Amino acid sequence: MRKFIEGSMAVSESVKLCRPDVVAAYPITPQTHIVEFLSQMVADGDLKTEFINVESEFGAASIVLGAAAAGARAYSATSAQGLLLMGEVIFNIAGMRLPLVITIANRAVSAPISIWNDHSDAVIFRDAGLIMLFAEDAQELMDMHPQAYKIAENPEISLPASVNMDGFILTHAFEPVDILDQKLVDDFLPPFEPVYKLDVDNPITMGLLAEPTWYMETRYKLKETMEDALSIIEKVADEFKEKTGRYYGGLIDTYRMEDAETAFVAMGSLVGTIKDVVDTLRAKGEKVGVLKIRSFRPFPAEKIREACSNLKQLVVFDKSYSLGLGTVLQEELRSCFYNRKHQPIISGFVVGLGGRDVPPQSLIDAYRKTLGKEILNEFVDLNTKVLGG
Amino acid sequence: MAEQTKKRKAKPPITESLLTSGHRACAGCGEALGAKLIMDAAGPNTIVTTCTGCLEVFSTPYPETAWRMPWIHSLFENSSAVACGIDAALRAKGKREGINIIAQGGDGGTADIGIGCLSGMLERNQWVLYVCYDNEAYMNTGVQRSGLTPYDTHTSTSPAGKQSFGNPIAKKPLLQIVAAHNIPFATTATIGYPADLQLKVKKALKEKGATFIHLHVPCPLGWAYKTEETIEIARLAVQTGLFPIVEMRYGEVTRVRKITKERKPVEEYLKLQGRYRHLFVSEEGKKELEKIQAIADANIEKFGLV
Repeated sequence: MRKFIEGSMAVSESVKLCRPDVVAAYPITPQTHIVEFLSQMVADGDLKTEFINVESEFGAASIVLGAAAAGARAYSATSAQGLLLMGEVIFNIAGMRLPLVITIANRAVSAPISIWNDHSDAVIFRDAGLIMLFAEDAQELMDMHPQAYKIAENPEISLPASVNMDGFILTHAFEPVDILDQKLVDDFLPPFEPVYKLDVDNPITMGLLAEPTWYMETRYKLKETMEDALSIIEKVADEFKEKTGRYYGGLIDTYRMEDAETAFVAMGSLVGTIKDVVDTLRAKGEKVGVLKIRSFRPFPAEKIREACSNLKQLVVFDKSYSLGLGTVLQEELRSCFYNRKHQPIISGFVVGLGGRDVPPQSLIDAYRKTLGKEILNEFVDLNTKVLGG
Repeated sequence: MAEQTKKRKAKPPITESLLTSGHRACAGCGEALGAKLIMDAAGPNTIVTTCTGCLEVFSTPYPETAWRMPWIHSLFENSSAVACGIDAALRAKGKREGINIIAQGGDGGTADIGIGCLSGMLERNQWVLYVCYDNEAYMNTGVQRSGLTPYDTHTSTSPAGKQSFGNPIAKKPLLQIVAAHNIPFATTATIGYPADLQLKVKKALKEKGATFIHLHVPCPLGWAYKTEETIEIARLAVQTGLFPIVEMRYGEVTRVRKITKERKPVEEYLKLQGRYRHLFVSEEGKKELEKIQAIADANIEKFGLV
């Protein structure tokens, strides 16, 4: 069924189809519409779930942790400051190997306070053991949530997964979306069968103290699992394709890369803008394409190298910046190609921080600067007049 | 799922405590005794959450566990919220009836860093018994002051010194704060009176909403007293009026433990403990004892303990 709906509605419809047992969330812009829609579904009897209004994102994350530990399928959603407040719990959920899904409506991190979009909030969690998927549009969001649960709940993985969507650009924009069929989702995503759970008939202890004799091994297992997740993410995307015909690439996606010499690299809704830019440049005969990073964690280094084996250069457009180092995605890509036989020139531009508009011409101008050159960490469309000395 | 419809297996008779011996608590630990009494009163159909702290550390060093019941530790400040998640999960699965959920925290994990999550649990009146094991300081990290450390107590972050008698702040009125959430049952208790504690656990578990036990648990290490004196000291805290035993239902006091016959001056309680030694060495210290006596007298009057 095709409907013209808001991105947040696409997410809540998708979450509803996943039949979560427990939903706990705290309001924060631009995530709020998702949980508002979900709570209305509960109020109307359309969604049977335990919906818990909590006192903070810290509480929300802790509640879904407890619910998952008791064997329930659990869901939460947040943004920026809320995600940071969840931070301690998210590391804990991953370390305890509890599968659940959190939607992150990506938003800039304060200060200065900004409710608008960038990826600064999510990228902080790259070391958490959280699977991090980025969606490009509302349809991909609809399709990504069942996939996220299926990846997270795979007994070989058993980790939390996040679905990242650009705040406002995706949360508040209306798009035509094919709503998945409930039977199809039920078939694709069977009820959650936890590897371990809190059960009075089979008492186990969860969350033990690990002395130096044990801690490193648990972290090693997490490392291994994150690597295993690479193939599971692809497998799940393939299964989804079989059922629906829709496919977005598993770990990465490419656009017009056949004979490309340059690839623009990005995550999230920006990929849509870049596809238009590529069409414009292609019309002029320029050999450019798009490399979309769909899974930021685990980071698909091997897949990226394969996709870029014939490229001369990569131009990264990043909505986050690691202060004191460089743009996050640029640095990931540089390390991905370091000391390899084929090393394309990698340039990195920072765009759209705190919701700054990213016009196609700015991307084209940035690209023009790079021809044959490496440009790192350049902020696009800065108003230099206000920067002072 | 087939498993969900299966009947619960009959349990073997309890021959030992649900919190087994052999864990790593100090000799004379009031908290270990309290946990054992509570778990045995609750019985095996109980899921337990515990915040970071002594109880968690001494009972679950991997690969050992002292818990013969489903038990989870997540973080310092969220044992109440994790318990709420378990409550929601069991409700969603239609398996809530017949299961007790007990959330546990120390004084810091409850009254300081965990009070946000606790307040959420109480406000939503979720079906969880929360137990605060109050040993009046952050013992697991080395006896630092918490919001439940009493006035004039020497701790490692509120030390007595040439210009200080220790903690300058009065103990946070945790029971009243909790009871103000209008929950069905909130009480103080002490390991000094084990039968009363177990009765209170059973009373709490009869309610299908949020309930609370503020349990006073002396700590020989942090309070600096002889390990064999734990029970005596626990009782003296009650008998002096410094830790009143009060039950509250829906915000109203419904029952108190009278100390009319056993009432004692605060010195009898304080002098046994190294954390109050500084009050007994100077004239100024004696004046401080009067202030502590005034705190006890106020408690006695407020709750009608005599």
